[in-house]
Amino acid sequence: MNTALYAVTRTLRALFVVWAAFTLTFAALRLLPGDPVALMLSGRGGFAGLTPEQIARTRAELGFDRPLITQYGSALADAVHGDFGASLQSGQPVSRMIADAIPSTLQIGGLALVLALVIGILIGVAANLTASPVLRQLLRSIPSFAVSLPSFWVGLILIQLLSFQWHLFPSLGNSGVQSLILPACTMAIPGCALVAQVLGKSLHTTLQEPYADTVRATGAGRARLLFGHGLRNAAIPAVTVVGLLVGSLIGGAVVVETVFSRPGMGRITQSAVSAQDLPVVQGVVVVAALAFAVVNLLIDLVYPVLDPRIRSTGQLVTT
Amino acid sequence: MTNPTKTPVAPGPAREPGPAQDQDGRQPAREPARIRRTLGAPLRSPGVTLSVLVLLLVLGWAVVPEWFTGRSPLTGTPGERFRPPGTEHLFGTDQLGRDIYARVVHGASLSLRATVAALLIALVGGVVLGLVAGFFGRWADAAIMRIVEIMLSVPPVLLSLTIITALGFGTGQVAIAIGVTSVAAFARVMRAEVLRVRTAPYVEAAILCGTRWWRILPRYILPAAIGPVLALAALDFGLVVLAISSLSFLGYGEPPPAPEWGALVAEGRNYLATSWWLTTLPSLTVTVVVLAANRLSRVLEAEGRNR
Repeated sequence: MNTALYAVTRTLRALFVVWAAFTLTFAALRLLPGDPVALMLSGRGGFAGLTPEQIARTRAELGFDRPLITQYGSALADAVHGDFGASLQSGQPVSRMIADAIPSTLQIGGLALVLALVIGILIGVAANLTASPVLRQLLRSIPSFAVSLPSFWVGLILIQLLSFQWHLFPSLGNSGVQSLILPACTMAIPGCALVAQVLGKSLHTTLQEPYADTVRATGAGRARLLFGHGLRNAAIPAVTVVGLLVGSLIGGAVVVETVFSRPGMGRITQSAVSAQDLPVVQGVVVVAALAFAVVNLLIDLVYPVLDPRIRSTGQLVTT
Repeated sequence: MTNPTKTPVAPGPAREPGPAQDQDGRQPAREPARIRRTLGAPLRSPGVTLSVLVLLLVLGWAVVPEWFTGRSPLTGTPGERFRPPGTEHLFGTDQLGRDIYARVVHGASLSLRATVAALLIALVGGVVLGLVAGFFGRWADAAIMRIVEIMLSVPPVLLSLTIITALGFGTGQVAIAIGVTSVAAFARVMRAEVLRVRTAPYVEAAILCGTRWWRILPRYILPAAIGPVLALAALDFGLVVLAISSLSFLGYGEPPPAPEWGALVAEGRNYLATSWWLTTLPSLTVTVVVLAANRLSRVLEAEGRNR
């Protein structure tokens, strides 16, 4: 299959997914039993003291009186231009709120991604490298233990021990590099477990294939076999998992930023959901879906580089 | 195969040879021996025994909380505020003098009910979508799988939060949000199984006999195809407990006095510096339950695969 064609179909699919996320949130949020206009006016005393004409005028101003399909069309057109309307709570443009919040979340998210990958890969490799059965069993059980930890608890424990008792890190807020470390560690734990589990399993499988026996027959040691041959062959599932990892980090940001009282996308999401602030929720979901789709697109484009079999057939080969 | 109930409990993977047991007629008669074999061997491992005990205990908390604590989860003793854990108050007391252990025990029914409801929604939704997509194929398959693909392309937490924004707050709403979010994964597994079962000779025979689809689906396809989906539900149990307590921690569960596990942690968070037990012990409960559920589901899955 032609590489260019492959890239084009994957890109179209990513675009489709973002459009679908927009439509899905639009549909879900229009099911809202409450009246968004009432919600918006409630800050100014709700409908009490307002005449029906005033309510109708606000409704018309906001465009909520138009047919649903018209609302959808104009909302989609605006969203393509990066305009998700204004927050019902603060009246600020949603795009502005998101743009202000993204850097902070990218900082802890990026650090968490690096931590999850490095530690996850180390655990996954070590579990296959060690010759001691006890150590191997231990390393293999770390991931399933780590995914069972609620991340709100991990965050609270880190604050309790490292900030309150030993005063090593600032507990809350966003002040300097030091305040990044605890949130990033908390966020990294589930992802780290994911990477360790998938890579560990994938390495284990690939080291049982016939080619591994051939390499062993040449007299190569465990390390040579693993680093020289196994890792490259085990890389495909591990690369796939990066996509899942980004998804889990986006979700994790909501809990972690709430626990550490950090400003960011997660915080915005948390408070927007609490206030049923539709435009903000929709904006956040679409931006997150976009990020998710872009990461998955990049991963799709990396596959053919890693695996020549995909280059020729255009699809994943499972062995 | 004279009297299957007398089959000795095989300690290892020694299994009688034969055709796939899902589809042959002897399966029901072998049930007792199989259950004994499935449950017997792993129960000897202490970790698994402990997991079963933990889950039974929490189930007890959920069903008959009065047996486990005499105290009220909602009214506290003003004179007994912020007592650390001890013999008097197993998990300590909170800012209103309420017994944390009583609150955790009474919270179990909220959290477990939400978990079971979410899994049921995911199961029923996933099974129906998977059956329709896998059996009818063509445009039904294309449409359903496209929707599934979209649902899988939004990070799961955000999908749940969108649904909660639309539905409002409460244990029921949280359960629906988590359940609907999981439907896609269940539908995918179910569809794959249906595609496999559909080509089995007995199904083709039924179709050739003129049996209509509304009899074929429940009688011939569903029983043979549902195994992996049930396994997925078991594997998901711990994750769902975790997701529900996270959403309750974020404040989307029942309103404050309700002792939902996540909400207990969120409330205790204000006293983090002084009263560690308010956050630690409810969180520990969630963790232990999730660990036990994960451990048990992995054992069941491994047993299922061996069979």
